[in-house]
Amino acid sequence: MRHRSLLVLTTAVTAGALTLSACGSRDGGNSGNDSSGGGTTVVIGLDAPLTGDLSALGQGIKNSADLAVKTANKNKEVEGVTFKLTSLDDAAQAGTGQQNATKFVGNDKVLGVIGPLNSHVGESMQKVLANANLVQVSPANTAPQLTQGPEWQDGKKVRPFKTYFRTSTTDAVQGPYAAQYVYNEMKLKSVFVIDDKKTYGAGLAATFKKEFEKLGGKVVATDNVNPEDRDFSAIATKVKNSKADFVYYGGEYPAGAPLTDQIKKAGAKIPVVGGDALFSGDYIKLAKKNSEGDMATSVGAPLETLDTAKEFMKNYKAAGYKLPYEAYGGYAYDSTWAIVEAVKAVVEKNDGKLPENADETRKQITEAMQDVSFSGVTGDVSFDEFGDTTNRQLSVYKVKDGKHVPAKTGEFKG
Amino acid sequence: MHDLPEQLANGLILGAMYGLIAIGYTMVYGIVQLINFAHGEIFMIGGFGALTAWLWLPDGTSLMVALPVMVLMAMTCAILVGIGAERLAYRPLRGGPRLAPLITAIGLSIALQQAIWAFYPDAKKDLSFPQFEGGTVHLAGISLQRGEIFLLVAAPLCMIALAVFVSKSRTGRAMQATSQDPDTAKLMGINTDRIIVTAFAIGAAFAAIAAVAHGLKYGQVSFRMGFIAGLKAFTAAVLGGIGNIYGAMIGGLALGLAEALATAYMADVPGMEQFGGGAWKDVWAFVLLILVLLLRPQGILGERVSDRA
Repeated sequence: MRHRSLLVLTTAVTAGALTLSACGSRDGGNSGNDSSGGGTTVVIGLDAPLTGDLSALGQGIKNSADLAVKTANKNKEVEGVTFKLTSLDDAAQAGTGQQNATKFVGNDKVLGVIGPLNSHVGESMQKVLANANLVQVSPANTAPQLTQGPEWQDGKKVRPFKTYFRTSTTDAVQGPYAAQYVYNEMKLKSVFVIDDKKTYGAGLAATFKKEFEKLGGKVVATDNVNPEDRDFSAIATKVKNSKADFVYYGGEYPAGAPLTDQIKKAGAKIPVVGGDALFSGDYIKLAKKNSEGDMATSVGAPLETLDTAKEFMKNYKAAGYKLPYEAYGGYAYDSTWAIVEAVKAVVEKNDGKLPENADETRKQITEAMQDVSFSGVTGDVSFDEFGDTTNRQLSVYKVKDGKHVPAKTGEFKG
Repeated sequence: MHDLPEQLANGLILGAMYGLIAIGYTMVYGIVQLINFAHGEIFMIGGFGALTAWLWLPDGTSLMVALPVMVLMAMTCAILVGIGAERLAYRPLRGGPRLAPLITAIGLSIALQQAIWAFYPDAKKDLSFPQFEGGTVHLAGISLQRGEIFLLVAAPLCMIALAVFVSKSRTGRAMQATSQDPDTAKLMGINTDRIIVTAFAIGAAFAAIAAVAHGLKYGQVSFRMGFIAGLKAFTAAVLGGIGNIYGAMIGGLALGLAEALATAYMADVPGMEQFGGGAWKDVWAFVLLILVLLLRPQGILGERVSDRA
């Protein structure tokens, strides 16, 4: 029976391998040198997917935060304080994000954390950081429950963690905003809704669906996919035969690009509409011509149209980063700058230096964050009582000639 | 159910790809009783080989012209890695405890994946693969993508070629003999080492063809694509009866059909609404595997072989 048992063992090992591979890879933090020529060094921790298929967005976040740190040091924004960025890779895995959060907490020099990109990773980091009073500002988490508690949809908004802030708007407005745009301005009345069952994707699809039905639109079918899959032929055939006017996809571009590609190849020439996680140049690169006409909503106004963003874009280019800043670059810059401002406020409060005790410093920075207000890359940055940004601008982008072109910018009115 | 023909086509095409990869698992298992877990990575390297060939060719080369070069390059890369794996990782362990080559295979799989991740330019994210120009082809009410036609032509040709090779050629018959009893085969003057290398090479070549088909169909390759594809192909090989080359193809087709049909219709079965949809298709594919293994532990086409050793 040796062979049979070998087969059973092999199957068990396969299952193990599946689990292991889900843990993803991790690469060490960037250990920069500590030489600051006197004064205090404040480390800002950054957590984002720097590898894997969301790395385009993650690297954009990292570079933009790096630019903010360099700018703050160059301008001597806070007298006597040198900022340093330490980046960790979460590979879009919740478990890895949590480990990274623990690492940040363990380092006394870390006084603020930027990130992560993914809402489900954010969910796993919140408590670890909150227990240590370490402030966290996410440039990209859009799931509403992160700031408003799990029962936000029933109107019971409770802020779960007072250390958590974000500079991006939430899916509670992003999904409905897309619904209003498509229904009122594109005049498309029937939709096939697909999501990837992740915190971000499922939440986005649900808020979209609710608003679209409220407006009078028809949801002809719903379906879901595994975000790791690349074969969507069966769903593409279903979409084609459903005769829907368009597809709404709650999910991210690595699966979104092949999905739109296969829907069009199956013969359904209808646009795919999605959230800010489809708003990446890689989406177009992967789906090529079949991404034409697709739409993505994203938080804030297009950077190109904001005066405050022009300098950021100029400096980003001058700094010579290899990869573009992508959808969240501006928000990452503002998140970093919010931490710089909070540190500045604490330094001013304590007669020009930070408190000796790291726990005390972290606590004061968290408190200072609540009152931070400055003019950032993406507009005026400040936080409401839930830690959400007070900037509620949204934009719709449409793929035209291989580029995301802004179609509309506005504020969501419920 | 009006889209049944199309869903069947989707399932068969996906299944043919699983089947092509599964051949590599089943041939190696049939001869050395080793599950070559690095086979999924050999498939992935085939994909990157094809992409490299495409990038080397001058811009503006038509894909029709480039395709043979790409297939050749994919096969060369995959076969080299396959043979290298056999020579360097598995042969030194032959005759050792059975667990040793298995663990080595898993290690090799991770090493190959990370090597591509680290050294292939820009491979840290999905890379786009060339696509055929032109729209969908309609054939008897079924719409086919241009990229799928390659697979539809290649898969049956490969199967026929393999069947003829194994049953008619000298090496093929030596292969069968080695799989039945390696020691006696050796006594009869068969160079079993060469036969084993041949099995690895054929498996790698088939995986390379599947990889080109994968690239053409989905328009992208990534360093992680071998993992899921390898897992599915391994499942297909077990489903069809591991060690049986026809079983690998049958198992692949069954798996592909199960996935497509579960995605398309499971939600329509009363009481199953919440278990329908694309995210559940793997669950149904594995339910099928468990059912088959419960009723026929040797797999669909597998024969109940008395255990050697």
